[in-house]
Amino acid sequence: MPAPSQALPRPEDQPGQPRSRADLFFSFTWLALQGFGGVLAVVQRELVEKKRWMTREQFVEDWAVAQILPGPNVVNLSLMIGGRHFGLPGALAALAGMLAAPLVIVLLLAALYGSVADLPMAQGALRGMGAVAAGLITATGIKLIAALDKNAMGLGVCIALAALTFGAIALLRWPLVWVLLGVGGGACTWAYRVLGLRDRLEAS
Amino acid sequence: MAPTLTNWTDLFLHFASLSLLAVGGAITTAPDMHRYLVGGQGWLSDAQFTSSIALSQAAPGPNVLFVALIGWNVGLNAGGGPSAGFTAWALALLGVLVTMLATLLPSSVLTYTATRWAHRNRELRAVRAFKTGMAPIVIALLVATGWLLSAAHNQPARDWPLWLLTACATLLVWRTRIHLLWMIGAGAVLGALGIV
Repeated sequence: MPAPSQALPRPEDQPGQPRSRADLFFSFTWLALQGFGGVLAVVQRELVEKKRWMTREQFVEDWAVAQILPGPNVVNLSLMIGGRHFGLPGALAALAGMLAAPLVIVLLLAALYGSVADLPMAQGALRGMGAVAAGLITATGIKLIAALDKNAMGLGVCIALAALTFGAIALLRWPLVWVLLGVGGGACTWAYRVLGLRDRLEAS
Repeated sequence: MAPTLTNWTDLFLHFASLSLLAVGGAITTAPDMHRYLVGGQGWLSDAQFTSSIALSQAAPGPNVLFVALIGWNVGLNAGGGPSAGFTAWALALLGVLVTMLATLLPSSVLTYTATRWAHRNRELRAVRAFKTGMAPIVIALLVATGWLLSAAHNQPARDWPLWLLTACATLLVWRTRIHLLWMIGAGAVLGALGIV
């Protein structure tokens, strides 16, 4: 039997990992506090590009699960990342980090400036931040396209599926649930076949 | 209106039932929350509902915090408004607790259990097929979200500076490592000054 992997850290396999539950908590707090108009772009930049807790491919896989399960997506994502490293306590630490500080801030804002959202200047700022946030999320999507290189379905099929999804959601405005069930269901079935063929080839 | 225990239980149960329907994020259930709280029960005014969503978007953090603000306002109303003092603030906090717990508990339990199961069974062909098949779709969803956020501003003559700002932000995030906060800050300043 090989030695327990914890005794032999292999930096080339695991370039980064949360050191502790407190590390998880504070990392997610910092992520959440940067997330104006959506936290996902920040999660990708910090956890994949800077801290290297996960690869681009892992991030896409996790995001797929977080997206398809009910509940706030980034909340699901923090539960998953925290849980992977420290089990349930890790999941709770990441979740608490994601929610605690922003919750206090938003309640303070509500209590102090209940009507700040009505000021023209605040509305203008909100408009500008919204436009930037739209750019952040688009760029995150573009950067993740590279993760499809290793996809077993092949790049051509991936691009066709992505184009179909984009058309259905952005242009035809179909409800997300139907696109996930329809295009997603079809894609998973196709992937199941492809992986089956590949497994058989490898076995023979 | 003095809230009874039944009111709070109803609120909890309603939000908890929406939790498991919130595929694509809690915001997808906002129309139903509006129907229930503003139209049905009359616990919240239309303006309070809208400003809860607007304020949560202006603040940092996950968008789900609009649920906390809704709970806050429901509690505040139940206690007689901000001028009613301590009782109102205490009820507002209770509102936050009830709505957030109800929104997060069912979906989080499901997510945690399902992902632990998937992790233990990650070699299963079905699990691998799900990850492989969904990858191109979720990536396209991100790009589509950016598109939809921009397309909400649909008057070219007025909105072209916004679109330009979005395009610049996209390029900068994609090609450079400039800190995201600088870009969000720049967007806020440009917007507050009325440039975009």
